[in-house]
Parts: sequence; C-alpha cells; structure tokens
Amino acid sequence: MIMPASGEQQIMVAVNAVSKAYRRGNQPIPVLEGISFQIARGEFLALMGPSGSGKSTLLNLIAGIDTVDSGSIVIDGVDIATLDESELARWRASNVGFIFQFYNLIPVLNAFENVELPLLLTTLSRRERRQHVEAALDVVSLSDRREHYPSQLSGGQQQRVAIARAIVTDPAILVADEPTGDLDRVSAGEILELMGRLNAEQGKTIIMVTHDPRAAEKAHIIRQLDKGLLNDVPA
Amino acid sequence: MFLLKLLFRNAFRHRVRTLLTILGITVAILAFGLLQTVVSAWYAGVNASSSTRLVTRNAVSLVFSLPIAYQERIRRIEGVSSVSYANWFGGVYITEKNFFPNFAVDAKSYLDLYPEFVLPPDEKRAFQLDRKGCVIGKKLAERFGWKRGDSIPLKGTIFPGNWEFVVRGIYSGVDTSTDESQFFFHWDYLNETLRKTIARRADQTGVYIIGLKNPQAASEVSLAVDATFKNSLAETLTETEKAFQLSFVSMTEAIVVAIRIVSFVVIIIIMVVVANTMAMTARERIGEYAIFKAMGFQAHHIAGMVFGESLFITAAGGGIGILLTFPVARTFGEVMGNFFPVFQVDRSTLYMDLVFCLIVGIIAGIFPTWRAIRIKVADGLRRIG
Ligand SMILES: Nc1ncnc2c1ncn2[C@@H]1O[C@H](COP(=O)(O)OP(=O)(O)O)[C@@H](O)[C@H]1O
Ligand SMILES: [Mg+2]
Repeated sequence: MIMPASGEQQIMVAVNAVSKAYRRGNQPIPVLEGISFQIARGEFLALMGPSGSGKSTLLNLIAGIDTVDSGSIVIDGVDIATLDESELARWRASNVGFIFQFYNLIPVLNAFENVELPLLLTTLSRRERRQHVEAALDVVSLSDRREHYPSQLSGGQQQRVAIARAIVTDPAILVADEPTGDLDRVSAGEILELMGRLNAEQGKTIIMVTHDPRAAEKAHIIRQLDKGLLNDVPA
Repeated sequence: MFLLKLLFRNAFRHRVRTLLTILGITVAILAFGLLQTVVSAWYAGVNASSSTRLVTRNAVSLVFSLPIAYQERIRRIEGVSSVSYANWFGGVYITEKNFFPNFAVDAKSYLDLYPEFVLPPDEKRAFQLDRKGCVIGKKLAERFGWKRGDSIPLKGTIFPGNWEFVVRGIYSGVDTSTDESQFFFHWDYLNETLRKTIARRADQTGVYIIGLKNPQAASEVSLAVDATFKNSLAETLTETEKAFQLSFVSMTEAIVVAIRIVSFVVIIIIMVVVANTMAMTARERIGEYAIFKAMGFQAHHIAGMVFGESLFITAAGGGIGILLTFPVARTFGEVMGNFFPVFQVDRSTLYMDLVFCLIVGIIAGIFPTWRAIRIKVADGLRRIG
C-alpha cells in the first residue's frame, strides 16, 4: 500500500494546493489558501510565522491528524487523503513521530513506559520492546531516568522523553510544534541540538513549527507562513 | 498487561474521587442486597411452605374458628392422607416485645405433617406424653436460653389466663429456609381449660392441615373439602399452604413493592454517580486521548481504556459490596431475628449484583467513550496548553 518514493526525486512530503478553513458558526475562516511546497527526504524545515497564521494547522495536515478541504498531501508516495481513519492511524503509527510544545507525556506512566507506548501497536515482543525503548532513551541521554514519572522530570527532560517516544518506532518523519516554546534557553538549546543530531545522524525528515529565530537557525530551510500564504526564506 | 497497568493507575489518579465512587458503589450494592433480602425474608414463610399440604379455614375469615368435629369428616374425603389442626394462641412471654408465634396443635398428628421440623423420636414421644408439654424451635430456644425441662409461662391474649408449659422437645429446621422460632403445645390442654372457663369457645380450632396422598390432586381435594361443608354452620375455605401463607403476606404487599422499587432506585442513583465520575474523568483526559490517537491508537483502544477503568471501579465497589453483604446481612438478621425468622442472602441477589455492576460500568463508560472517540485529534491537542 505504501509505495516507495521514486529514487531520483527523493521527495518526502509534497503539499499540493492545500486549502483549509475553519467554520465559526456559518462563517468560514480561511486559514490556508492554496499552499504548495515540497520537502526533500532528510530535510530539516522550520515553519515560522506570526501566531494564528496556520502553522499548527499545516503541520497537523502533514502529520495526518487533520484533513484538507482541498488539495492533496503526498507523503513518501502515499496520498494520505485516500486513507480511511484506521488506515491513517496505522500509517501515523509507523511513519510519524510527534513532538509537542507541552511534551504531552502520560502522567501515570514513567519515562520508560511513556516511550514504550507507541511500540504497543507493533508486533514486537516484550524483550524487543525493551531493547528499543532503552536505545531511544539512550539517544536522548535519559537512560538513568527511566523509572521517573513526568512530574519528577524537568521540562527539558520531559521533552527529551517525548522525543524518545517520537523516535522509538523509527518513523521517517518527525513533526514538532513549538518544541522549545515552553523551555528555558539552555534546555531549548539541548532539544534543538538533539533534533539536529537526529536529522544529521539518523536522516530523519523534520518539520518544526517555531517562532523562535534561534530555533529556526538549526533548520536548513525556513518557510514563513503569513495570512495563509507561504513565503520562502533562505536559511 | 500494559492496559491493565494503565487502567489501574488511571483509576487512582484522583484517589479521593475514585475511593468515594467505589465507596458509593459498595454502599449501593450493600443496600440493594439487604433490601432484596428483606423482601425474600418477607416471603420466606411462603417459600418454605409446602404445596403438598392444604390449609382449611373458616370461609368468612381467619378470626372465626371451625368445629373440631370436622376432622373426622375431612379424613374420609378421597385423596386425604392425614388431617391435623392448629390454633393460633397468641400467648405473650413476659412482655409483648418478646413476640414469637405459638400454636395449640394436635399433638398426635401435627408433627407428622411437618417433616421440615426435625425432632429426635424420644423428644417427640416425651412431648406427646406430657399434656402440658411443648416443642420449640432451636432459634427460639437460643433466644431465651430455654432447655428441655424448662417451665415456660405464657400470658394468654386471645385466651385469657396464665398458661404454663414444659419444654419437651427442641426442633431444628431441615434446611436454612425453615422457621426455627415457633412454639407448639397440646390443643387438648387449651381445650380442657376452655371447657371449664369459656365453654362456648371449646371444641374449636383455627385451621385444619391436610396431607395429600397425591400433590397433583390439591385442587380437587380442596373443592371436595369445601363442598362437604357447604351450607353448614361454618363453611370452609381450603387452599394450599403456599396460597394460605401468601394471603397473609400480601396484606402488606404494597410495602414490599415499595422496598423493591427503592432497591432498584439505589442502583439507578449509583449509575448516575459513576457515569458522572467517568464523564468528569474523560473530560479531563480528552487531550491525552488525542495524544494516544495521534500516536496511532484507535477507537477500540480508547474504548478499552475508558470501559476498562469504568468496569474496574464498579467491579471494585461491587466486589467489596458483595463480600460485605454476608456479614452485614447476618448481623442485620440477628438484630431483626424476631421479625424475620429466616434472613439469608439469596443467590439470585448476588447474580443481580453482578449484572448491575456490569450494567453500571458499561453505561457509565458509554458517553465518555463516545466523546473520546469522536473528538478529532487536532481539536483534542488544542485543548492542551
Ligand atoms: N478547531 C478550530 N476551530 C476554529 N478555528 C480554529 C481552529 N483551529 C485553529 N483555528 C484558527 O485557525 C487559525 C490558525 O490556527 P493555528 O494553525 O493554530 O495557528 P498557529 O499555529 O500559526 O498559531 C487561528 O486563527 C485559529 O484561531
Ligand atoms: Mg500553533
């Protein structure tokens, strides 16, 4: 079902003439108006723009947790609009890792268990799951905090656990919505450094929404979203 | 395994709220169990009574008696194997508060008709030989610490005077549904005294008890008995002992129905409480469910979490409630023993408890599950932060 991308293009994400409006009462509020762009495999892209410009909306569409009004989004050769709800859920489970502004760990699960969550949807054995979780926690340098609950971790540590959770299934794409938005400068620096490493060493395609210029510097490409339209900004 | 761990920890996230909810279910199940047991205790006499015995009474009302001469005529009716008789005595031991049922019975025949009253043969003989002897139930004996050979004074209410009896036998019930709080003595003793004091009330009895050769013939024999005494001075009404007992109980049927309704209302109330708890919980966790969904978890996973938690809470409360029902019912039965000679939890009550817990758990989970499943991931995530 999931076709491999054709070798020469190496296009990971193709956004084609995507429009999206929300409805408030009878009034449609256009958020994205005919947006098109592509993201190459292994790219690290920063989406910037003023608050309310539709960055999160666009990111959600690419991540397959929201649906376009018109246009299409093709990821690694799959037009995700053609997938039904449960196909889409399975597609997300194996292709997309999520990193949120507020980490969004499950408070009743410790670091290890939080990272293990996405693996419960796979056919891996318990032992294999443990190996994967340990490897992921190792990448984010939190192996020694595996028994800690989210409330026992700092914001930066929680975000690193969230990143471990995002990469534990080895998805090709990471989407991050303001991943440093709630962090102090030092922690934010660590998170950005970590994401840079995931991009450089593991070849993850990363799409990061941010309005922090320092965060954007980490990216190869910055795109500005303003009033539903996209502008290129050279990195 | 992971799901169970998650359920358990989720359930105790708001420890106080969950414990209070569990406590609520426990109390509801307990109340339901007790009320149901009160109802069945009410009908215990009916259920324990036999449909192979007939009871003949005055057709006008139970307060009127029947001539003792009827015994011989009833005995001759086709299908009758034996006839005995009993008279409600209404005697009081010291004060009215010490109520227990006491009857003047035909000492020769009565106990043979009641195989559920188990009495050693020598005690039975001792009873039959002593004109002032009486036989009492085990529970009654324990209640007042009476032993064989004890002398017991009863104050007559229907039949004035002070009456003295000697305990000659203590019967035990053949099973737990048998009333062990009754008191029997010789009708002859009553009658001889009446002959001397109130002669017009002598040679009478309240009811006849008829043993049947064939239980299937109950209605034919009933009709035959009543036909025999048609147009005589005291016409009779004959029915199975079950029907006879039921006619007593149903005098207060409205109260029993009310108790029954209340017991179900209790369950409905707790259903609303649990549903509210679950709705609150799910509302707080909408964002979390969105995260699960973003990661690829599907509707059935979410449903499993919500229903699992809801069922876990009801199972915990219900389980404790069911376990507590037995000791509480026992204590209740001891305290109320004079009103309810037989007070025990029916197995059907336990089955109903289990079914109600299941229903409450499922109904409480429906709305939150529906909400959690329906919410779009992007909208759910927007609720966070
Ligand atoms: N579910 C929704 N219903 C109505 N309006 C929405 C909804 N989600 C987002 N919006 C509106 O769409 C616009 C873009 O939102 P968003 O994509 O979150 O912007 P950004 O992430 O760039 O701040 C905002 O004006 C926001 O209020
Ligand atoms: Mg946003």
